[in-house]
Amino acid sequence: MSIDTREPAKPVLEFKNATLNVPVLILHSANLAQIEHQLLEKISQAPDFFKHSPIVLDLHDINSHDLSLDVQTLIELLRTNHFLPVGIRGGNDEQNQQALTLGIPYHSSQAVTHPVSEKKVETLKPSVTIEQPAEPVENKFINTPVRSGQRIYSRGDLIIAATVSAGAEIMAEGNIHVYGALRGRALAGVQGNPNSRIFCSRLEAELISIAGNYKINDEIDSDNLNKPVQIFLQEHALIIESI
Amino acid sequence: MARIIVVTSGKGGVGKTTTSAAIAMGLAKKGHKTAVIDFDVGLRNLDLIMGCERRVVYDFVNVINEEATLNQALIKDKRCNQLYILPASQTRDKDALTKEGVGKVLEELSKDFKYIVCDSPAGIERGANLAMYFADDAFVVTNPEVASVRDSDRMLGILSSKSRRAEQGDEPIKEYLLLTRYSPARVKVGEMLSVDDVQDILSLHLLGVIPESQSVLNASNSGVPVILDEQSDAGQAYSDVVARYLGEERPHRFIEEEKKGLFGKLFRSK
Repeated sequence: MSIDTREPAKPVLEFKNATLNVPVLILHSANLAQIEHQLLEKISQAPDFFKHSPIVLDLHDINSHDLSLDVQTLIELLRTNHFLPVGIRGGNDEQNQQALTLGIPYHSSQAVTHPVSEKKVETLKPSVTIEQPAEPVENKFINTPVRSGQRIYSRGDLIIAATVSAGAEIMAEGNIHVYGALRGRALAGVQGNPNSRIFCSRLEAELISIAGNYKINDEIDSDNLNKPVQIFLQEHALIIESI
Repeated sequence: MARIIVVTSGKGGVGKTTTSAAIAMGLAKKGHKTAVIDFDVGLRNLDLIMGCERRVVYDFVNVINEEATLNQALIKDKRCNQLYILPASQTRDKDALTKEGVGKVLEELSKDFKYIVCDSPAGIERGANLAMYFADDAFVVTNPEVASVRDSDRMLGILSSKSRRAEQGDEPIKEYLLLTRYSPARVKVGEMLSVDDVQDILSLHLLGVIPESQSVLNASNSGVPVILDEQSDAGQAYSDVVARYLGEERPHRFIEEEKKGLFGKLFRSK
């Protein structure tokens, strides 16, 4: 088949540079068993958030300590846990080659010199950066009852103008507001933000948690039950205060 | 276009089939051509409650597998010529139901019928999911006890997320609450949740309260939908439900304990 090149064809594609936000997984140890254990722990805190999440592996720390790591096994581990590895960086030649054979590009960018919490989102540095407005935090608003068995996840605040039934689970990286009875589980600051809070007009929750510090219903002071309250973290202790 | 109603609950034994039979008969009696389908493949009961168990030749699964036409499988009710029953297969299981197959049957029925009542099996598995998938309206049947209320709550979550309307982003399924086996006397002594307790948890539009009644058992045993027993409290309650569903305003009954009438008082005082 020949293509007529005399007429300039209408462009059907173009290349552009874009800046994308991708979480980076920084490894501090080459112990795969440990990595898997802690990874599963993180996932269990926010399964929906990590499912099918693209991820870049940062091996700089490992390599600076001369630890050897089997890149192939690690990538398989990530894939079985529903991550989508999209690159590695800070790897040595051998690791880079291993990654390439698995269809994963490597980035030569120098690894971070300042400690970055893994909870923060890292930015990949393409050769040309196109200016892009910072992505606003996505708050989620719901005004129908959250039923038993439903799970809701918000990357920002979560505002619910209805009841949350027993057996439901609501999670937010930011604050949680429930303008109704809170009977299910509420987890605020699931990515580790200790300043997030939970507000509800009637506390009957099965479990409340802020940045991993939790209380079950039995541990809630009965004076606070069935009342409008706010819940916040003070020196790793959950404080429930009526409002 | 027909309106598809699913009668569902999550929990078993709360009165889904009794309700399906009663409201299908009620709608048909009001002159609307109605079909009632038993989705409980493998554990079929609707035919017994409707009293047509000896007239089953072909069933729902036969129609899905194109072994019989819809007209061959539909059983015309002997008491009301606007009512047709599509029985479930007793020899198969729920895997015999497919989304495409159920969709096709419902579409074909929609051409001819005004209302299609889907009697859902208990649980939240395949049979129950397919019974509610195509629904326009849902009658959530709940008993006034905590396990049933929680299961209904779970079912409501599924209705709002896994139905065709939810998947296509259409107007959500209209959800109605039907509180069955209600006994005001037991509510009074705290053995049962009250209407308000249930509403506090489920916050749904209450379509009716069906009192616990011997007439329901009698009706089931004799294969006559309880709504035809116009003398019984349960029969009257179902008539109210159908009327309210069709847009009539009717005050709720059977929520308060029945007061002794004037005669009762007179005779007792003697």
